Amino acid sequence: MAIFLNEQSRVIVQGMTGSEGSKHTRRMLASGTTIVGGVNARKAGTTVDFDGSTQPVFGTVAEAIKETEANVSVLFVPPPFAKDAAIEAIDAGIELAVIITEGIPVHDSAKIWAHACAENSKRGNKTRIIGPNCPGIISPGKSNAGIIPANITGPGKVGLVSKSGTLTYQMMYELRDLGFSSAIGIGGDPIIGTTHIDALEAFQADPETEAIVMIGEIGGDAEERAAAYIKEHVTKPVAGYVAGFTAPEGKTMGHAGAIVSGSAGTAQAKKEALEAAGVGVGKTPTETAKLLRSLLG
Amino acid sequence: MDLYEYQAKELFAAHGVPTTPGETTQSVEDVEAIATRLGTAVMVKSQVKTGGRGKAGGVKFAPTPQVAAEKAKDILGLDIKGHITRTILISEAADIAEEYYVSYLLDRSNRTFLAMASKEGGMEIEELAVERPEALARIPVDALQGVDLAKAEEIADAAGFPAEVRDQVIQTLLKLWETFVSEDATLVEVNPLVKTPTGQVLALDGKVSLDENAEFRHPEHEAFADLAAENPLEVRAKEKNLNYVKLDGEVGIIGNGAGLVMSTLDVVAYAGEAHAGVKPANFLDIGGGANAEVMANGLDIILSDPDVKSVFVNVFGGITACDEVANGIVQALGILGDEANKPLVVRLDGNNVDEGRRILTEAAHPLVTLSDTMDAGADKAAELASTGV
Repeated sequence: MAIFLNEQSRVIVQGMTGSEGSKHTRRMLASGTTIVGGVNARKAGTTVDFDGSTQPVFGTVAEAIKETEANVSVLFVPPPFAKDAAIEAIDAGIELAVIITEGIPVHDSAKIWAHACAENSKRGNKTRIIGPNCPGIISPGKSNAGIIPANITGPGKVGLVSKSGTLTYQMMYELRDLGFSSAIGIGGDPIIGTTHIDALEAFQADPETEAIVMIGEIGGDAEERAAAYIKEHVTKPVAGYVAGFTAPEGKTMGHAGAIVSGSAGTAQAKKEALEAAGVGVGKTPTETAKLLRSLLG
Repeated sequence: MDLYEYQAKELFAAHGVPTTPGETTQSVEDVEAIATRLGTAVMVKSQVKTGGRGKAGGVKFAPTPQVAAEKAKDILGLDIKGHITRTILISEAADIAEEYYVSYLLDRSNRTFLAMASKEGGMEIEELAVERPEALARIPVDALQGVDLAKAEEIADAAGFPAEVRDQVIQTLLKLWETFVSEDATLVEVNPLVKTPTGQVLALDGKVSLDENAEFRHPEHEAFADLAAENPLEVRAKEKNLNYVKLDGEVGIIGNGAGLVMSTLDVVAYAGEAHAGVKPANFLDIGGGANAEVMANGLDIILSDPDVKSVFVNVFGGITACDEVANGIVQALGILGDEANKPLVVRLDGNNVDEGRRILTEAAHPLVTLSDTMDAGADKAAELASTGV
């Protein structure tokens, strides 16, 4: 098992022919992902070769799904076109849309989310969105949808959910001997699809996951809500880490969502909320990894 | 990007939100002429991007152009919570019968937008929200449906605006929504929205934050940036497309990925507790493609910060390869030559780490110390900064 993504996942790439899209399609293929095609309306009917794997390019997501039975789409579509591409994937009924694109205007992200909610309730579609502005999700040894390096570690018993990409990599590295069921980077934008809580719920239900690492950062109240969720629903051991104790109020630290306004959303408040829910919070990523090991006994 | 009040009011006026006429200046000499042109009593208002201007003496009433000039003299240069007043707005003074509050903002928790409105405006809205939450109406706004007439009526009625201003408030709510959407704002706030004794509704003060991710469809927003008020190192970094924020410590930080860099700042501050309380001097994310040029640009900016006593380069090679980063550091030090004069602690892990470490070991640059872990590297950099102080 793993969460959201496994060896049965059939992946298409929206924006496969662009520079980022083609670079990461090659990497995803190399890490064993079943990629079944790409989408680009202007290059429909052509194929792209990736070190011997010939990938068809479809005009639309719907067509790609019809031809390949794809159920996952990874989006490397540039910001001006990302909203329409995501909405196209939702309308085509994709099960999982992983939006890697960084720099999508928040009004567009809000529309993507509102559209997904409306479609999911109207038609019973169940499109899960991960991102935007995220590294994606990897279930090591099974599938890799996004840009998380597959060579850091292999399959194992830890589940990881993080707002940040490089902190995801750092934590996978710290716990590389234990391995991961799935590691998911949910993104640092103000409006994202899959949340900490969604991932916690799935890890709790996943028999392969024995312990969970949750990485948060300043801004918003997602970590506080996750803490409340853990207290009520999560029985597996959870170690936490929060970045941004030294970030000054009102300054954006790279992630558009990582900005503190007033007293809400500080790292200290998040740490306290997690600790109150019984989650040990490390002062550094290394200390957090140690904490997780001690929880596993 | 947060706008100044006068810029927010320019946007309001452009979208048909009624506001008071005014002009800005940075010079006392212009004030009399501006006030005379306006032909009414005026308000002289400090333009700084922080709250509490009134309490700090940054907003004054002037019945005549001569008084306006006197008030302007006091306000120009005034320090309000660390923000120096360089620009003042001279605007028509409106008589106020009642003060209200309206805003649209991003509601992260619910992944949508939120309208807030109150017939008790004027005070700090955070205080109102805490002290009298029932007086502040909060109405979710669907990102696809937006604010139409029915939604504007719902907002106005939830806040209980008096009947004699209801229609004007509804029209204002519609135009503010147009401002919010068409300008790609993350916040549009009017506080106070006032009723004059003659029953006219006016936006007397405004706050607007624009989404920098939407700059590609708003090239005109670039004109709102006030480079002179920004930190010169931040301006230089922006010109080189570097994601840099100046902080007030002594340890320069370079890393890859926003989360890892934020974490690095924390780990350095934590390590600094044992080393004379040194702190991180900046945030600098060199992103995924950390080539020699990016590294040189980043190091150049950090080393030209006189506050910096040591530098901690913390890179986890995920997509980036550590040998490229190591080559980048060596080449950057070569490019900078004698300008590189502060000790560097480098921690590399991940992709091609052995090759990366070998390159740095062989280069044997006298300023560079290699560190095996992030925590040890932070400690070393903090120690070097504290002994160099």
